[in-house]
Amino acid sequence: MTLLSIDWALVNWSRAQFALTAMYHWIFVPITLGILFIIAFMETRYVRTGDPEWKRITKFWMKLFGINFALGVATGLILEFEFGTNWSTYSWFVGDIFGAPLAIEGIMAFFMESTFIAVMFFGWNKVSKKFHLTATWLTALGANLSALWILVANGWMQFPVGMEFNPDTARNEMVNFWDVFLSPVAINKFLHTITSGYVLASIFVIGVSSWFLLKKREQMMAKKSIIIASVFGFISLLAVIFTGHGSAQEVAEKQPMKLAAMEGLYQGSTGADLIGIGILNHKKEINDGEESTTFKISFPKILSWLSFGDTDAFVPGIEDLINGNEKYGIMPAQERMARGDTAILALKTYKEAQKSGDKTTAAANLDVFRAHYDHFGYGYIEKEKDLIPHVPLVFYSFHYMVATGFLYLLLFLVFLWLTYTNKIETIKWRKPLFILGIAAIPMVFITSEAGWIVVEVGRQPWVVQDLMPVSAGVTNISANSVQITFWIFAVIFTALLIAELNIMFRAIKKGPAKSQVESKNGEAKS
Amino acid sequence: MIHTAISYLALQQYWWVIIALIAGLLVFMLFVQGGQSFIFNLTKNETDRTMLLNTTGRKWEVTFTTLVTFGGAFFASFPLFYATSFGGAYWLWLALLLSFTIQAFSYEYRTKSGNIYGKKFFNSLLWTNGMFGPFLLGVIVATFFNGNDFLMVDSNIRESFWQNNWRGLESLTHWHNLALGFTVLFLSRVSGILYVMHTIDDNKLIAKAKKQLWYNAIPFVVFFLIFTIGLLLKPGYAVNADTGNVFMENHKYLHNFLDMPVVMILFLAGVAAVLTGIIKALLKTSGNDKAFWVTGPGIVLVVMCLFFVAGFNDTAFYPSSFDVNSSLTIQNASSSEFTLKTMAIVSLMIPFVLGYIVVAWRSINTNKINKAEMEDKESGTHMY
Ligand code: HDD
Ligand code: HEM
Ligand code: HEM
Repeated sequence: MTLLSIDWALVNWSRAQFALTAMYHWIFVPITLGILFIIAFMETRYVRTGDPEWKRITKFWMKLFGINFALGVATGLILEFEFGTNWSTYSWFVGDIFGAPLAIEGIMAFFMESTFIAVMFFGWNKVSKKFHLTATWLTALGANLSALWILVANGWMQFPVGMEFNPDTARNEMVNFWDVFLSPVAINKFLHTITSGYVLASIFVIGVSSWFLLKKREQMMAKKSIIIASVFGFISLLAVIFTGHGSAQEVAEKQPMKLAAMEGLYQGSTGADLIGIGILNHKKEINDGEESTTFKISFPKILSWLSFGDTDAFVPGIEDLINGNEKYGIMPAQERMARGDTAILALKTYKEAQKSGDKTTAAANLDVFRAHYDHFGYGYIEKEKDLIPHVPLVFYSFHYMVATGFLYLLLFLVFLWLTYTNKIETIKWRKPLFILGIAAIPMVFITSEAGWIVVEVGRQPWVVQDLMPVSAGVTNISANSVQITFWIFAVIFTALLIAELNIMFRAIKKGPAKSQVESKNGEAKS
Repeated sequence: MIHTAISYLALQQYWWVIIALIAGLLVFMLFVQGGQSFIFNLTKNETDRTMLLNTTGRKWEVTFTTLVTFGGAFFASFPLFYATSFGGAYWLWLALLLSFTIQAFSYEYRTKSGNIYGKKFFNSLLWTNGMFGPFLLGVIVATFFNGNDFLMVDSNIRESFWQNNWRGLESLTHWHNLALGFTVLFLSRVSGILYVMHTIDDNKLIAKAKKQLWYNAIPFVVFFLIFTIGLLLKPGYAVNADTGNVFMENHKYLHNFLDMPVVMILFLAGVAAVLTGIIKALLKTSGNDKAFWVTGPGIVLVVMCLFFVAGFNDTAFYPSSFDVNSSLTIQNASSSEFTLKTMAIVSLMIPFVLGYIVVAWRSINTNKINKAEMEDKESGTHMY
């Protein structure tokens, strides 16, 4: 093989750095996605009713949004360029497909967001109410469009479609834009991700409002905000569950190893059970015949049904995917690795023959290469075991996400009902309820990050499913350099997060502007 | 998909023009950084500082987004450059990124209560971004002419190998790169001042700004001349159109100007516009508030023309000084024909985007910023 020996320290530091940046980015992004719509609903109420109270409320949430937004931008810039700085071999291998969504995102979405956000923040007394409202909606739209493109890119890495490998340029090239854009993985991912952002933002609004109710301040504002957020959150959560199920079906079909890890499933079966709550057996090794869980409450046949819409369908486990399973047409990993080697060798021979002008050898090797391309990435895998992602991390993240997801359904309903019937300030157990509302904020952040852990850790070792493992996509640089930048980022992001939280807490404590002064001034000018 | 007779080469050239345009707009938008870099020496009191930062602050997002789009568009259209330069000149790019990252939150946080590190800290970050952002960008663009040490290996997957451990920092030791770095730095400071004159209504501040204009316009002109003369005299990386081989040609960039007279004329027109704006502002006693819009388009033109000379007329736009045949050209570094065509359709949105930016820009800039607005805490405008 032409590959230099893999520098695992480099690979792991690069992964750590990407994970760090992405996970910090994802602290700020989901709030942005959701709260902008909540703000837009509020401002729409203001424009419709002319009630200055709504303007005051709108501005309060807008201020909190601004504090959050700044760090979303700061971390996003690093991510955008990290594909080049840390995954440069990857960037050439798939840049022909992967670069396009990033560029479209800039041209179409980021400009919309950043242009209208200025009108939203600075335009209050400068443009008409209608123009201002339009700007707010366009900012929300822009943010969500940016999510669309980046998720198309991510969806493509999970399920590469619409492209062909060009042996002469040694990269994948796009042949069908619509296949990339409308890939079912991308669509599910987009819908699940933005709606999960709406849920998160709704819980943020409910949590902050709960704090005001607990402190007996700004109760009117808090209740109005809760109504909007709980309706929006509830509807969004239904969509989250629906699309989450859709995502799981895509995973079952396209990334069976990830699905097996999500469920801690070592031995596949027909009519497979879905684990509701479970504890993994941490001593479990592949092929040791041990049970994979030490405790579980499970639903019979549900996994088969959820994955394939058929209670008797076969769901392969990790051992099936590694050892192979003839009955269900699963090729052993060793075989795929051998075919991957063949593909890599054929490509190399093809290139050498091309250079020396030996047309027949070139053509023959090209055929071999094409026939084995589906296994290309396996040629870079050293050991079978490297094909298995970190099972506990994926398993627990997945179950935490789903369990808390259903919990929020209840949360939204209770808050909506109590506020709607105006009992929220009088009911006996209001104090624990408000505390729960506040506690739900950190909880939902973890839910949302857990979702990404399922996606990204679950697809290891692949950076592009079946075609390129992470170890082959990394930039040729010393592990030390990446280690240094990792720590630089870790320190900066953490310091910033601390500042952000402190500013956010102060802004919440201060609350919205005083109502009388505000309304006099605002109305006279607008 | 629309079928057109546009050739692959034409698409590659089209995308090089788009990249040049975005780069031109980016350098123009650096007036935000330029303005920020005066945070300590133009303004002595808090109100002045607030006025300065609120005028640049209302535009910082646009500059930032232009930088992001510049990266994204380069990735999509010339991925081999994205992979080679970003991964190779690792420390140089990270320095640039860090110098911009620290801007994104500093405006928002500097005057907020609870910002724990204090206003001064965030002000210094804004200053750092204002100085280093433009300078590093200039140095990076200059590597288009002076090259970097990398080797392209094309055995299986194409990979590049950097030939030194400085990972891009070595670019800071080349005088010609530094000349462009300083040119861009002083240019952004000049246009920052012109923007202050354009948007702030305060005679005392404008008078101070005018003085600063002298101190920055002169170094700008000096560094610009050093860079340009150096460029015209230096050998360049030429491409043999038939074989694709790269070789050194004396006065390559001078030849490019002469071979492409339109580019030369546009370049000279751009330079004339930049200088006219500066002189106009210097001559008027109170400073000229329209000069910004004379210099601005000039900047865009000059930058675009530099990109044209770097990439057109059989020139390698990202040369390897280690192995000339590893150099990148707009042909060997580009995306596939299909992707470029798809992206070309997307690029038709650019005029539309520019259109709404103009509308939104105007709506916020209708009135000049003055002391009264800054001191009116109740009017409800978001304040930095
Ligand atoms: C589902 C949504 C989503 C996802 C998965 C990502 N982002 Fe993001 N990004 C946004 C949604 C978003 C946003 C909501 O649009 C942000 C957050 C706050 C903001 O400023 O806009 C943003 C900001 C943002 C910015 C700053 C843009 C500006 O100048 O305003 C950049 C450069 C990126 N992102 C790049 C990335 C990259 C390279 C990602 C992949 C690894 C990524 N984002 C994942
Ligand atoms: C913002 C939401 C995201 C989060 C929280 C996230 C999370 C992660 C995590 C935790 C890893 C490390 C996995 C590991 O090494 O074990 C990772 C890696 C990676 N992710 Fe994501 N991801 C996000 C979005 C994306 C998107 C949208 C893309 C593509 C456009 C992407 C591309 C990558 C790449 C290239 C790596 C590095 C290679 C690897 O380690 O697999 N990620 N991400
Ligand atoms: C309640 C039922 C839920 C189900 C069945 C579900 C299912 C899933 C599945 C299968 C994935 C992985 C998709 C992949 O690997 O490509 C996923 C990802 C994700 N989930 Fe959930 N989820 C649920 C609830 C939630 C909730 C409540 C949130 C957050 C508020 C959330 C946030 C995310 C995020 C951010 C991702 C990563 C992005 C993506 O791939 O869509 N999920 N979810």
